[in-house]
Formats: sequence, C-alpha cells, structure tokens
Amino acid sequence: MESIPKAAARVRCAIVGSGNIGTDLMVKLMRSEKLELVAMAGIEPASAGLARAREAGIQVYENGLDGILSMSPKPKIVFDATSAHSHLEHAPRLREANIIAIDLTPAAVGEYVVPVVNIDERRGASNLNLVTCGGQATIPIVAAVNRVAPVEYAEIVATIASASAGPGTRQNIDEFTQTTARGLERLGGARRGKAIIVLNPADPPIMMRDTIYVRFEAGSSHEEIGASIKRMVREIQQYVPGYRLRTEPLFDTDQVTVMLEVEGAGDFLPKYSGNLDIMTAAAVRVGEEAARHLSERESR
Amino acid sequence: MNQALRICDVSLRDGSHVVRHQFTEAQVASIARGLDAAGVHMVEVSHGDGLGGSSIQYGQSLVNELDLIRTARSVLSRAKLTVLILPGIGTRDDLKTARELGAEVVRVATHCTEADVSEQHIRRARELGMEVAGFLMMAHMLPPKELAAQARLMESFGANAVYVTDSAGALTMDATRDRVKALRDAIRCEVGFHGHNNLSLAVGNTLIAIEEGATWIDAAVRGFGAGAGDTATEVLAAVLDKLGLNPGLDVLKLMDVAEELVPPVMKKPATIDRAALTLGYCGVYSSFLRHAESAAEKFGIDAREILMEVGRRKAVGGQEDMIIEVAIELAQTKSS
Repeated sequence: MESIPKAAARVRCAIVGSGNIGTDLMVKLMRSEKLELVAMAGIEPASAGLARAREAGIQVYENGLDGILSMSPKPKIVFDATSAHSHLEHAPRLREANIIAIDLTPAAVGEYVVPVVNIDERRGASNLNLVTCGGQATIPIVAAVNRVAPVEYAEIVATIASASAGPGTRQNIDEFTQTTARGLERLGGARRGKAIIVLNPADPPIMMRDTIYVRFEAGSSHEEIGASIKRMVREIQQYVPGYRLRTEPLFDTDQVTVMLEVEGAGDFLPKYSGNLDIMTAAAVRVGEEAARHLSERESR
Repeated sequence: MNQALRICDVSLRDGSHVVRHQFTEAQVASIARGLDAAGVHMVEVSHGDGLGGSSIQYGQSLVNELDLIRTARSVLSRAKLTVLILPGIGTRDDLKTARELGAEVVRVATHCTEADVSEQHIRRARELGMEVAGFLMMAHMLPPKELAAQARLMESFGANAVYVTDSAGALTMDATRDRVKALRDAIRCEVGFHGHNNLSLAVGNTLIAIEEGATWIDAAVRGFGAGAGDTATEVLAAVLDKLGLNPGLDVLKLMDVAEELVPPVMKKPATIDRAALTLGYCGVYSSFLRHAESAAEKFGIDAREILMEVGRRKAVGGQEDMIIEVAIELAQTKSS
C-alpha cells in the first residue's frame, strides 16, 4: 500500500494459523521491506485474527492451508503458526508445492534455526523450525559462551506469564522442555542440555524471564565469556529491542548464571508476552533471510 | 473407623529438599522399610521437585532418583511406591521409566491455577496403569471456588484424587476447611490434603481436612520435609488412633522410625524457626527455605527479607532463580 514501489521486489508470503501468534506475526510482516504478506489462513471464520487481516486488506482463507495452496501464483514462503500436530500434516504438502515452511510450532520437522546463531547455515533450507520461545531466548546465550569456552552443560528456566501461555503450550509442555533441551545441545553447543518451564499467574502479568546456567570448560576466561554474552545480547536487541539482562552475568568458578527478561514490542500481543514476541520477531527475521536467499538464487 | 483413609509418607521426596537432594540408597532403603512395616499406604520417592528435578536450579541429586526408586521398590512389600512429577520439569518419558521401575502411584503437581498443564501427564499415567492424584500446589493463593474449578479439570483428565496442597504451610483452619469442602462438593473422585507445619497447624489442618472428607493424606515421618516440615506421620497416626480413625498404622513402629531411622539422615530437626515461620506467614513455597538460607549467607542479608520479597513478587513453586536475583538486589540496596 504505502510501500507499493518496494512491493515488486518483495517475496510473497502467507501465514497459516490465525491465533494470537499468527496475528502478531501479521502485524510485523506488514512492516517488512523484504516480504509481502499476501494471505492469511485460519479455520475459525470468526477468529479475531482473520477479521484483522480482512480489515488490513489481506486475502483471507477460512479453510486453512488448502486456501493458500489454491492461490495462483502461490506464495514462496508460508509461516505456520498452527500447532505441532497440524504442521506435521502441512509440512509434506508445502514441500510438494515447493514452498519454504517457517514453522513456529514445536513440530520440529525441519532444521532448528535461531537467527543470531545459525541463520547463515540454514537460510537455504526448505523447512525451518523456530525451536521454542524459550529456545529463541536462551540458546543464543549458550552459543555465546560456547564460542569462547566449550559448554559442558546448559540448563535454562523459562518463566512466563500464565496469560501468555496458550492452549498449544499448555497441552504440549513436554514438547517445550524436550525441544528446548535439544536446541541447547544442537545449536547452543552444550554437551548436555536441560530445560524447565514455569508458569506464573501473577496479575498484572509478569514479563518473560529466563535464567540460564552454563557450565563451561575449566579454566576459561570469565572476562571473555562475559564480553561474548553482552555482544550476543546486543545482536538480539536488533530484532527484539526488549531483550535485556536483569543482572550482570554471575560467575562461580566454571559456571555462569545469566538472568534476562524479554519485553514484547506490543504489536498485537501485550508487552508482557515477550515469549511470543521473540518467536514472531525471529520468524520475520528468518523469513527475510530466506527471501534474500531466494532472490539471490533467482537473480543468478 | 475410617476405612477409606490412606496415608502417603512423603519424607523420601519432600525430605529431599532438607538434605539438598543428597539421599543415598542405604538411607532410602532404611526409611522405606520402616514405613512399610509400620503400615503406611504409600511411600513417595523422588527428587524434591519431582522426577527430572535434579538441576542447578533446584539442586543436583547425589544419587539418581531412578536408583532410589529402584531401591525403594526392592524393600516395599505392602506400601505402594509413589512418585511426584511437575509438568514443565519432568516429562512423560520420566514417568514411563518410573513406572517400569515399579512406581504404582503418581502425583501430578501444578501451581493451583495451572491445572490444564497436567493433562498430558495425568492421561499418560492412567494409560500406564497408575493411580493418579492431581496436586494443586500453593492452594492458599486461590479462593475455594476457583480451586475447585481447577480440581474439576484434573478430575476430567482422569485423576483418582485431587489434593489441596498447602505448599507454603500458610492455610489457617477455616481456609483449609473451605478449600477441602469446595473440592469435596465439586468432584466425585477423592480429595487429598498435604500440609506443612510452618504455622504449627499441620496436624490440626489435616484433621479438619479429614472431617471435610479428604481421604488421601500426606505426612512425613518426623516432619521430614521442606520448610518447618510436613505433617508428622507418627503424630498424625497417634491422633488418628485416639480418635478411632486409625487406618491401620502402627503408631509405635512409626515412632521408632521417627526416632531411630530418620534423625541420622535428617541431621537438623524440623523446627519453626524465624525463616520457616516467615514461609507460612507470608505464603512462600516451603522448598524456597534452603535456597533463601544459602543466598542470605552468600550475600550477607536476612533470609526473611528475601522470602518476604519473593512473596511480594508472587513467586510460584519452581522459581528458585528469583531468590538469587532478589538477594542480589537486596544486597545492592543495602550497600548503596
């Protein structure tokens, strides 16, 4: 609309899933200079997310992924903000249609991606999984330690406001802990990872808080580790401005404790739900990188 | 005579907090054998924070809890081997492993407002053929009616019982009565009660819970549990016996376990010292006590100040990391 001149250069994308996450993602994607949101699909015709998409003049489908696959031309990228269960069904259909899937569910069909950690290796992949909100917030810290001192063990505790934990998280809490723990190992570089999630119902709702305990190789430089962590925090702040340390990294011989909080941008979701914001912000970032990769490939 | 009453001794789980999760197989074997012989119906063995609880956040187990569960299995002949799991910490895989090692009963614990996160675990436990109790922790934080609504959720997932769990030892008598009664009226499955003695009300509250129809009753021999300890099993047994409600407990044998087997393991007796009293007074999760004491020592502040601030911030069970953060902040305020 206001950015018509850029539209030609932007890569067409769509969202499947019109819940809170899909809707927040929509708001963010509408600001993107690299991606053009052409459709939003849900299965609840009356959902607030679809209504908002209609208002914004975006093509809406009420039959989920079927709607998006019926488009001509099809979008090049589809963000899946449904559920792990649905994504398992969506993934092969998207692959068959030659559409890049960016998966915000814990289905973990594709390669794990955390923008500041491994986007360069992954941006050509056909299915990119965003691990979990806890993973997006904590894996970078573990990776920041691991890049200067090998990590023996990483343990994270994500505390989120009850109000920001939707039915998806609540009914799949094991998937959250297991997927996050695997992410700490595969992306964070920890030899062993463990993840814990705590829901806090306080009112007003608390901001997402994460505590990361990292045990590293004996004798590593605390100074280097501390500097690497702070550098990483600044990198994340570029796409999640409300990501910040609550205290200085706390060293105890071969262990460092990092406490941080994530305040959301408040695009659609309330600011306290930093856990959801970091997912949608990461999704946009990954989508833009995938789009850049597609454009480069096509121009070759 | 109350035939339906069943006593679950939680010392080998809740007591894990007291010894900072350093139980050995020999200790577990000794206490479990004593409890079994004394007629306790269920013996709970797990890390203090449930299956999978061994962590930097909560304290790392000296001996893998699965080995402790295996040990308990080998000595129990009558009592049902029981485990605890907190969704968000332990997973269904942990539950399956415990089941394979012989666990027969599981309590699935959530903060009192978050019952819906227990669905996966309660259903899975039933599929595995286990008896399941839902454990609504920090029950003082929710009014009776709302607590009952959460209990209904757990019942709908398949729980055989739902507990009013006074994790902070903060419930007074009427507060206990109203909650147990609300659950009794709202659900068809059994109701349980788990008390802590931070306000010296554990046995009294347990009796009130029984009066109101609670049938699954938690206690820890010699009060071996977090905070000022749990309802003491041997004391409860003596009182129930006097009231004609003894569900088959051998009072004298329980006294022997309390006096001979527990003290060498427990080291420091359960007492209502000022920090433990603060838990009940301010409504703070009992297992925060040891963590607050450590942080208080490390940062040179009063454990009570930490606990009161954590209470003001409405921390729930599992947020042990907040203790360190609060301690750092208090120490900074003090020095500035």
